[in-house]
Amino acid sequence: MAALTIAKLTVWEASRRRLLLALLLLTLVIIGLTGWGFTKLGEAGNGQRLPDYQIRLIASQLLIVIVFMFAGVLALSSVFLASPTISSDVESGVLLALLARPVRRLDVVLGKWLGLAVLVVMYAAGAAILELLVLWWATGYLPPRPVELIVYVAGEGIILMTLALALSTRLAGMTGGIIALVGYFMAWIGGIVGGVGQAIHNDGLVTGGLIMKLLLPTDALWRGAVFAMEPATVIAALKATGSAGAGNPFGATEPPATAFLLWTVLWLVAVFGLSYWGFRRRAL
Amino acid sequence: MVDLQERQAAATVAAASPAIHCVELTKSYGGSLALAGLTMTVPRGEIFGFLGPNGAGKTTGVKLLLGLVAPTSGEGSLLGRPLGDLEVRRRVGYMPELFRYQPWLSAREVLGVHCELARLPRSAWRLEIDRVLRTVDLQERASARVGTYSKGMQQRLGLAVALLGQPEVVFLDEPTSALDPVGRHDVRQILNGLREQGTAVFLNSHLLSEVEMVCDRVAMVDHGRVIASGRLDELLSGGSCRVRVSGLDGRQRASLQGFGTVEDDGQWLTVHGLEAERIPELVERLVSLGGRVYAVEPRHQSLEDRFLELLGHQA
Repeated sequence: MAALTIAKLTVWEASRRRLLLALLLLTLVIIGLTGWGFTKLGEAGNGQRLPDYQIRLIASQLLIVIVFMFAGVLALSSVFLASPTISSDVESGVLLALLARPVRRLDVVLGKWLGLAVLVVMYAAGAAILELLVLWWATGYLPPRPVELIVYVAGEGIILMTLALALSTRLAGMTGGIIALVGYFMAWIGGIVGGVGQAIHNDGLVTGGLIMKLLLPTDALWRGAVFAMEPATVIAALKATGSAGAGNPFGATEPPATAFLLWTVLWLVAVFGLSYWGFRRRAL
Repeated sequence: MVDLQERQAAATVAAASPAIHCVELTKSYGGSLALAGLTMTVPRGEIFGFLGPNGAGKTTGVKLLLGLVAPTSGEGSLLGRPLGDLEVRRRVGYMPELFRYQPWLSAREVLGVHCELARLPRSAWRLEIDRVLRTVDLQERASARVGTYSKGMQQRLGLAVALLGQPEVVFLDEPTSALDPVGRHDVRQILNGLREQGTAVFLNSHLLSEVEMVCDRVAMVDHGRVIASGRLDELLSGGSCRVRVSGLDGRQRASLQGFGTVEDDGQWLTVHGLEAERIPELVERLVSLGGRVYAVEPRHQSLEDRFLELLGHQA
């Protein structure tokens, strides 16, 4: 199937251009540094060791910040990878020779998407598993729902990658990349604004946040990842504060609703459809 | 059984069909006309030259025939199948004008990808890749990254990609633009080899002397319209002859109009549209009129002369 060949080419390119190597080395450095930090968590200023429950609590909150950084790296990398993927191949002429084979335009879009999705999932899973192993080794703590954590972080990357891919069918890489990045940050801020609206019971802000969440579901998936990392005690404490803590971008008291997850799947299908539509009509 | 017979009949029809056939193929982008009313037939086993100045619509023509862009109107067939048919592309080779291949792959890997996309049997890949690398003389650097290749080597790779799988029709868009004289000679040899195998070649070019050397048939396109087409020998009928002659007055010189269009610059007379067989007759006439003939220079009309003539330029 031609789409699988294109997918293989996409992964191959990332590997040959040393992107995977660069990401792997940087990730190992970060994981090494955070692991060192985790081993030092128990040391209190007076030379005494903190109780285990305190270590685990601090570790759980530090983990959320560290994963936020990884999710950010993944989101930005997804955009950088996907935004020029079709436009640059059209501009350079590489696609002309490929499309003269028995290859449909759908194969090209699907193949690129599959290849990029493999890279996103590989990175999300690889980095998360390594970080969690180091965390467990250093502190004995593991977040309550590690698989969901990986799924939400990877989902965030796939959403942004799909958006950037759709933009790359019609726009130059730089333009599409900037639009996708602005969207990512807007979604993050939209999540905070919606949360603040909940905290102060402001319906306008809540609606604004909801619209942003529906337009680009990245922040809502991030909240899912946060929920997957939070120990039951933290969730209980957050719930006890009522809606006051809803504006905190590093806190979540509920996992994303099933209806929202369904919307996310629909969003993916629709934006992928737009990619195909955009590329099908593009003059080569 | 009936199905088998039908398939055999369809295969026979396809084999008997011309390599390329199109009627009134037109493409416009927005309001701008890229190619208007392209009608032509390219038989199998012939080299067809598609000529025209830059921007005339040659590349658009190739993309239409390959089904890479959809025509605005008109229709056509490639190897007996309608334009845009996906399966027929397994039997077609193409080298685009912008011959760019993944710079991070080696030539062998690029060819492997194309073997996979063309759905060649995996067991045949190695032999086929070696064959085309040998044909374009790229074996020695076949394992190096394409990004390290010179333009000429990249163009050779493009040719190798187009020849992969022994296609029945090969589209080459300016295939020698980056090649040195040796490379161009090699390409002519390859094209002649393809013709001997019965492969049709659709050659897009503005290098008219090269086209003249290899093509059986040409179409000339300008501003999106075909301005002439036919067999090369038919298109180039009618040469000219320059004669250095003295001792003839104006009336006598004018009486030569029967041989063709006469251009008189005093010492030299040039008779355009004169077939080679009539040159002795012309000389005989000049002598009988009392002229003293010092030199006779027959000139064949080159494709370039004809091309410029058709475009309205002075040859």
